Amino acid sequence: MKIIKDEQIIEDSWRHITDDEEIGSGDITVSLSRWNKEKKVLLAHQGKVGVRIAPTDKIEEISANLNDISLVAVELPVFTDGRAFSHARLLRSRYGYKGEIRAIGKYIPDQVFYLHRVGVNAFELENTEELPLALSTLNDFTVEYQVSSN
Amino acid sequence: MMISLEFSLGISEKHLMYQYNDDDQTLINERVTQYRGQTERYLKGELGEDEFRTLRLMNGLYIQTHAPMLRVAGPYGLLSSKQLRMLAHISRKYDKSYAHITTRQNIQFNWPDLKDVPNILADLASVQMHAIQTSGNCLRNTTTDHLAGVCIDEIEDPRPYCEIIRQWTVLHPEFAYLPRKFKIAVSGAKQDRAATQLHDIGLHLIKNDTGEIGFRVLVGGGLGRTPVIGKVIRPFLAKEHLLSYLEAIVRVYNLNGRRDNKYKARIKILVKESGIEQMTEWVEAEWLQIKDGMEVTDSRFNEIKAYFIPPAYEPDAEQDKSFDSNKAQSTAFATWVKYNTADHKIPGYRAAFVSLKAPDSPPGDITDKQLDAIADLADQYSFGEARNTHRQNIVLADIKQADLFDLWQKLDALALATPNIGTATDMICCPGLDFCGLANAGSIDIAKEINEALDDIDYLHDIGDIKINMSGCMNGCAHQSVGHIGILGVDKKGVEWYQLTLGGSSENEAALGERLGPALAKEQVTQAVSTILKIYIENRLEQEVFLDTVKRIGINPFKKAIY
Ligand code: SF4
Repeated sequence: MKIIKDEQIIEDSWRHITDDEEIGSGDITVSLSRWNKEKKVLLAHQGKVGVRIAPTDKIEEISANLNDISLVAVELPVFTDGRAFSHARLLRSRYGYKGEIRAIGKYIPDQVFYLHRVGVNAFELENTEELPLALSTLNDFTVEYQVSSN
Repeated sequence: MMISLEFSLGISEKHLMYQYNDDDQTLINERVTQYRGQTERYLKGELGEDEFRTLRLMNGLYIQTHAPMLRVAGPYGLLSSKQLRMLAHISRKYDKSYAHITTRQNIQFNWPDLKDVPNILADLASVQMHAIQTSGNCLRNTTTDHLAGVCIDEIEDPRPYCEIIRQWTVLHPEFAYLPRKFKIAVSGAKQDRAATQLHDIGLHLIKNDTGEIGFRVLVGGGLGRTPVIGKVIRPFLAKEHLLSYLEAIVRVYNLNGRRDNKYKARIKILVKESGIEQMTEWVEAEWLQIKDGMEVTDSRFNEIKAYFIPPAYEPDAEQDKSFDSNKAQSTAFATWVKYNTADHKIPGYRAAFVSLKAPDSPPGDITDKQLDAIADLADQYSFGEARNTHRQNIVLADIKQADLFDLWQKLDALALATPNIGTATDMICCPGLDFCGLANAGSIDIAKEINEALDDIDYLHDIGDIKINMSGCMNGCAHQSVGHIGILGVDKKGVEWYQLTLGGSSENEAALGERLGPALAKEQVTQAVSTILKIYIENRLEQEVFLDTVKRIGINPFKKAIY
């Protein structure tokens, strides 16, 4: 599947596995609750491991493990749910996370600019045809009033 | 940011408001381009209805009963003459030659075409204006005292702080998709003219014991369906921490505010459900983590304050004798001065209200000709500046007393001198059924009826200081719950009914009105208001204003007379 990462459209093979799905092989993300429950197993996994942060999750819960987490996926179950923006912001500015932050869920290209500004560097859009448009929005504004995390 | 004069508004040497620098201008130009693209995608069917709805709302565009409604930001109410002329131009070119001033000091156009909006925004951008975040679930336009910088009871001019907040809120990337809308108001005077206790965040500029300027911070106030008076979350916040504290509050709200029910999504519900102690704990903990490094520096304050330095007042303005003699000769002028002007901190000057509450025009409406004329009057008499007020009038804040007579005559010729500021016909009124898709009932026609019932100006003046607020539905855009008399339109099986409240206030002693009784039929409302006023006159003690009488005698005497 194609995604945007670091301002480029690339092929991506991460799998977002559900809580009862086999871990299998390759790079995977799991929910925060699965991460909390199966940390040991997951840390022994051969591929890379990422954690999905749902809107109601507390980002603090992964703050101590950020070195072991290669990707944090912030979820927007509906595009109007803005909690992902604060999660990304806190990950970068408070917890100094340097890994990939990926926005997943039902958001629209018009949100990519703000998501990028709060520190998201990878974008998985449901409609991959919109990736070029999403990429172009990164140039929508050349000035800003607030401090950014990107 | 650098101060640049390139975008000055032509009369900048006289001009007392923030002037965009290159970066500010670039930002709103880019916003116009972005919005133009979004509109085009929507019209081509590439952007869904729901998605475009959210995006257009964040640019002030509603779809109302008859047409889209575009809300333009009046940054804390301030407008230059050039901006007023542009608003007049827009109303002529894209609308029906009038505009509407809102309770949040913004400007609304009721009839623009959706496809014209990008062009309107481009026109606005040419005079340093925009419609960014005037609606939607985001940080809204910050409001303040319409007498800021000129009133006699000021502790500190709130406008520079408002501008700093304005810049912080505009296109804030983290807080564009909040649970619900978010409104901030700032007051710098002893008398609260900005209804700060009824905002998501209210900021009072105060001096602490050592003379240091800071803010008393209130949180969780609000009107609408569940009106709540804000609670103090921090009694004193040093001014350099302004933005970090706002950011802490909004982040706590963004992460913890309810998103399951739109009517329970405002921060007031979070404060109510968690309790102010818990809320304070969350906010203070968040703030401690971010406050270092987010300080607003003195040089930044000074840079912004430099835009709001007092204009070149004439030192001998008070020497003028014509003002008193004109008052003595013309009772009409004296009456206008009494009701429609306010004391000014500089001797020999007054602030003059332009009444947008003429009996035969909808409250807050203003025509293109009036806008142009006010622009000319602002240039001629008031350093080229005007302000929208929370009660939907306009203020020319710096009028020499010697000029007041001329100003009055010119305003009178424009039907802008009805001497009713602060009286029963200076109603706050939402667009109601006439324009608003959410309305249960009309409000403009009731306002007209009340005006007709109170057409005796002497009686109106005898009633004196009273605030009547009227909303067409529970959303309460006209703040009926804090009106001394509140009128709320409710729908009963498709028929317009009205719920009356008494004793509300948005000033220092903020209070929510008490329900008078069952809702009234439309044809009973004006009679009920007249009865309320009559009961007040019969019961008032000498010099006692309406609100005090209601407080003293309670609502029962009014109730008895009406039901
Ligand atoms: S109070 Fe209701 S009717 Fe009036 S403008 Fe607001 S939403 Fe519309």
